[in-house]
Amino acid sequence: MSAAIEARELTRRFGAFTAVDSITFEVRAGEVFGFLGANGAGKTTAIRMLIGLLAPTSGAARVAGFDVLTQSEEVRRRIGYMSQRFSLYDDLTVRENVTLYGGIYGLADAEIRERGGTLLEGLGLGHAADDRVAALPLGWKQKLAFSVAMLHQPAVVFLDEPTGGVDPITRRQFWEQIYAAAARGTTAFVTTHYMDEAEYCDRISIMVDGRIAALGAPADLKREFAAPSLEDVFVRLARPAA
Amino acid sequence: MTPPPPPLVVEGLGKTFEGRAALENVSFTVRPAELFGLVGPDGGGKTTLFRILTTLLLPDTGRATVLGLDVVRDLWAIRARVGYMPGRFSLYPDLSVEENLGFFAAVFGTSIGEGYDTIAPIYRQIEPFRTRRAGALSGGMKQKLALCCALVHRPDILLLDEPTTGVDAVSRREFWDLLGGLKASGLPIVVATPYMDEADRCDRIALMQRGRILAIDTPSAIGSRFPHPLVSVRGERRYAMLQALRGREHTASAFPFGDDLHYGDARAGLPVEAVAREIEAWLLAKGFADARVEPISPGVEDTFMALMGGPEAAA
Repeated sequence: MSAAIEARELTRRFGAFTAVDSITFEVRAGEVFGFLGANGAGKTTAIRMLIGLLAPTSGAARVAGFDVLTQSEEVRRRIGYMSQRFSLYDDLTVRENVTLYGGIYGLADAEIRERGGTLLEGLGLGHAADDRVAALPLGWKQKLAFSVAMLHQPAVVFLDEPTGGVDPITRRQFWEQIYAAAARGTTAFVTTHYMDEAEYCDRISIMVDGRIAALGAPADLKREFAAPSLEDVFVRLARPAA
Repeated sequence: MTPPPPPLVVEGLGKTFEGRAALENVSFTVRPAELFGLVGPDGGGKTTLFRILTTLLLPDTGRATVLGLDVVRDLWAIRARVGYMPGRFSLYPDLSVEENLGFFAAVFGTSIGEGYDTIAPIYRQIEPFRTRRAGALSGGMKQKLALCCALVHRPDILLLDEPTTGVDAVSRREFWDLLGGLKASGLPIVVATPYMDEADRCDRIALMQRGRILAIDTPSAIGSRFPHPLVSVRGERRYAMLQALRGREHTASAFPFGDDLHYGDARAGLPVEAVAREIEAWLLAKGFADARVEPISPGVEDTFMALMGGPEAAA
């Protein structure tokens, strides 16, 4: 299989403003890839293009082997997505959310029942299947949202600040879920503002003003910038004058 | 002359929503010119506490005074003297930077000019964008504008509910530098954050979880409350080492911490140097040829995890 994500000179302009400025990078299949950058650096715009929600102004990207512009339906079938802000429907029960997303992802009823059951068991959430999602603690919601995003066994899962506000132990358990998924071959594309989590990625990129200013394994980037921590690398790139 | 009252006194505060305790018997005192942190994950009760302190919500039990004023009885007096930055972006996105600031000044019966000295160090950074709509600002600049709006009436205490949540690491660092400057001017500040690494910027912190305070102290003293000898473990195969460490007989805790692992040993009274030597030898024998183990001082996050008693998302 080729790269899980392949962006070539991917660009998006809004009027005179270039939000994403000709970024080129590859993410390997099964890799945990951290997509970092300051607020407003263009991360969200780039992700929206990669998941087929926004057309590039120029350049191209392939996700799971399909072109995000001309084959966006194929792309969507092969990706999972969760974010801190939007993940599950609070007013539906745990089981209803699983059924709803299973349907959206195009699974047959029998598959939804079988995979949904395995999912809830795996999370230890069987007892809460008929509870409204709103009643779950945040950490549970995020773990469930991740499992739901993985329900259709996507090739690539996009995780947009998945651990914001989550307690420190659950945050670490969430990363073990990511590792487990990567070990099964799913590529994880993660954004985070926790710099310790950037260390958990195989490779990271740091976006500055719409461009990828650095890309590499955390240890290599620290060496390259002679910086004691990734936060220092990040600060140096995002505020060169400081 | 009697000394001025402490900026903030909280005694036995409790609040329950629909049978669920959002705050349980919370007590602490903020000292003059102190930068005091409320540190913990979502659902800890931080926002409920702020809403009581800003007189927006009545407590079920307990009492609190802000600048010596009672949060139930003296609400109008408190509102005039407190600078409050709510957790959600609370400015008018369709108004410009300058219009937002002017509005908040007017609400408090003052003007940007009168409050300028107080906000100047912060406002200067966003002044070049003063005609831009607030909704079009980047995350870091929004936070700076919201801070200016909370300061423009020259409050005597600042209450900030998660000002850095969702903000990138660089902007967070800059924001804390600004708070350091305000603190130096003598302003007491209470700030909530879910980021444990920000706790070190505070004079003292309260660790909060599920409506309770787990501990109150200086960040370094909180770290030293960690109940076990703690070592840092480094090596190439990090995840495999973590699994191996968890399987040991004497493991109290084993967690990833950025680029290393933290291992706490359950045996009481064992010198940390001895633990480090033993773990390194043990990992080498297990085939982790590049394992390096060193004693470390526990930090706020180590102690928080030890005190919280298991993940919130537990079966």
